[in-house]
Amino acid sequence: MMFSRRTDLPLDKDPLSHFLPWLIAFMVYLAALAQAGLISLDVLAQRWDTGMAAQLTVQIPSDPDASEAANVRRLQKALNMISNTPGVVHTAVVSEAKVLQLLSPWLGVVQAADVPLPRLIDVETDPDMQLDVRILQQKLSSTIPGTQVDDHGVWLARLIEMVRTLEVLAAGVLALILSAAMGTVVFTTRTGLTVHHEAIEVLHLTGAQDSYIAKQFAGRAWAMGFKGGIIGLSLALPTLLVLSYVADGLQAGMLPDMSLPLAGWLSLAVLPLAAGLAAGFTARFTVMRNLRRMI
Amino acid sequence: MDIDPATSIARFENVGLRYGLGPEVLQDVTFELKPGSYHFLVGPSGAGKSSLLKLTYLAHRPSRGLMHLFGRDIATTPRENLPALRRSIGVVFQEYRLLQHLSTFDNVALPLRVAGMREPDIKHHVEELLVWVGLQDHMNARPPTLSGGQKQRASIARAVIARPSLLMADEPTGNVDERMGYRLMHLFEELNKLGTTVVVATHNEAMVRELGHPVMRIENGTLNVTPGTKAQNGRAL
Repeated sequence: MMFSRRTDLPLDKDPLSHFLPWLIAFMVYLAALAQAGLISLDVLAQRWDTGMAAQLTVQIPSDPDASEAANVRRLQKALNMISNTPGVVHTAVVSEAKVLQLLSPWLGVVQAADVPLPRLIDVETDPDMQLDVRILQQKLSSTIPGTQVDDHGVWLARLIEMVRTLEVLAAGVLALILSAAMGTVVFTTRTGLTVHHEAIEVLHLTGAQDSYIAKQFAGRAWAMGFKGGIIGLSLALPTLLVLSYVADGLQAGMLPDMSLPLAGWLSLAVLPLAAGLAAGFTARFTVMRNLRRMI
Repeated sequence: MDIDPATSIARFENVGLRYGLGPEVLQDVTFELKPGSYHFLVGPSGAGKSSLLKLTYLAHRPSRGLMHLFGRDIATTPRENLPALRRSIGVVFQEYRLLQHLSTFDNVALPLRVAGMREPDIKHHVEELLVWVGLQDHMNARPPTLSGGQKQRASIARAVIARPSLLMADEPTGNVDERMGYRLMHLFEELNKLGTTVVVATHNEAMVRELGHPVMRIENGTLNVTPGTKAQNGRAL
């Protein structure tokens, strides 16, 4: 056993030990938020990577000198060419109204007749089949000059890069929280060693090994860490549910679903256990290291 | 720990002790404790009695000289092997040094618990010993509620519970009346008859003369041993 439940030292009477569960609770609360953020961002990046990568947008410029019927024929021709391309599973023409809505932040309220609007086709491809965008682009351009195929690669790569950077930041925050929690346990344990120096000396002189004393500190730290973990997680869960509710309202169809997967919730559930174990092992290591200086 | 009768319990040769960079508080201390011997350690206050006891019960290591305990050279004994040696030494501290938050039972049980004995066995041994020292009605009392004599007996019970080969007592009669002092001395004699080697530091010269055991006299950090008038299980150099 690395930790002991019974103690010959009055560790529960230490003034500092009363604060430790609350300090750990605060850190577990922050850790839960950082961990939830990390997992959500990872899920987001993966969904973008796999989901959005299977999407193309084809832009067909409108010919202002041609009749509307001629422009419709060009669109139909392009649609046929795209639909017959191996790997394409679905195509949908974006309505003029939708195009105007997308352009309204830049052009304001305009009518379709006022500007030469390009026609857009959303293309869904089979993720398991490697569709060569360059060949499709060449084929379309040779038939309908000015046609552009956009696989969202550039902005998707930038978005994923940004999400990965945020993930590194979240992991850094988690590491900082863990360091602060361990530092707090080290400080509390060292104070306990000083306060109980007399009693520890008596234990040593009656033949106690360092590990016997360390087990008692570790057992106490484990209990306080676990208690703090439970409190911190209990406070974090309502916060996460509120954040999840707010995020659902903000997604507006543009962002993929950012809710935590089951594995994410499970990883949060083990936080109190992790906090207890980290506190226990830190206390044990601190005691063993400090007692080595005694005879 | 089984002691070979031919092996000294403790053997000091030209041992010196200094605290930090201060002057030597013990100089060239040389003596030997044979198994089953009984010695008094006397000397004026500040002469080094407590320092010599601390060296012997392994609260300090010597600054110089050769110190053997139970046949082991203490200078070369690794730190992790010291607890096993300490379990063979019972100490009655001058100020008792009972753990204030523990009951009399738990204080006395301490050496057995650190040795890893099972709780049912601990209960049996501790209760038996507390009856022997007359504290059976104070098992659950904490030290602050005990009288000086009761604390002293609890301290002695803790020192002897693990049946040590060497028992060291630092001024055990200093805080009790004369009658209790004699009772304690007779208790040590009983333990000595059972084979425990005993060293008692005291200021009580009358008691030392009366009981007639060999005397280790320490003055200005230097030790002299004079033989006793009473037959010994062991003998001093």
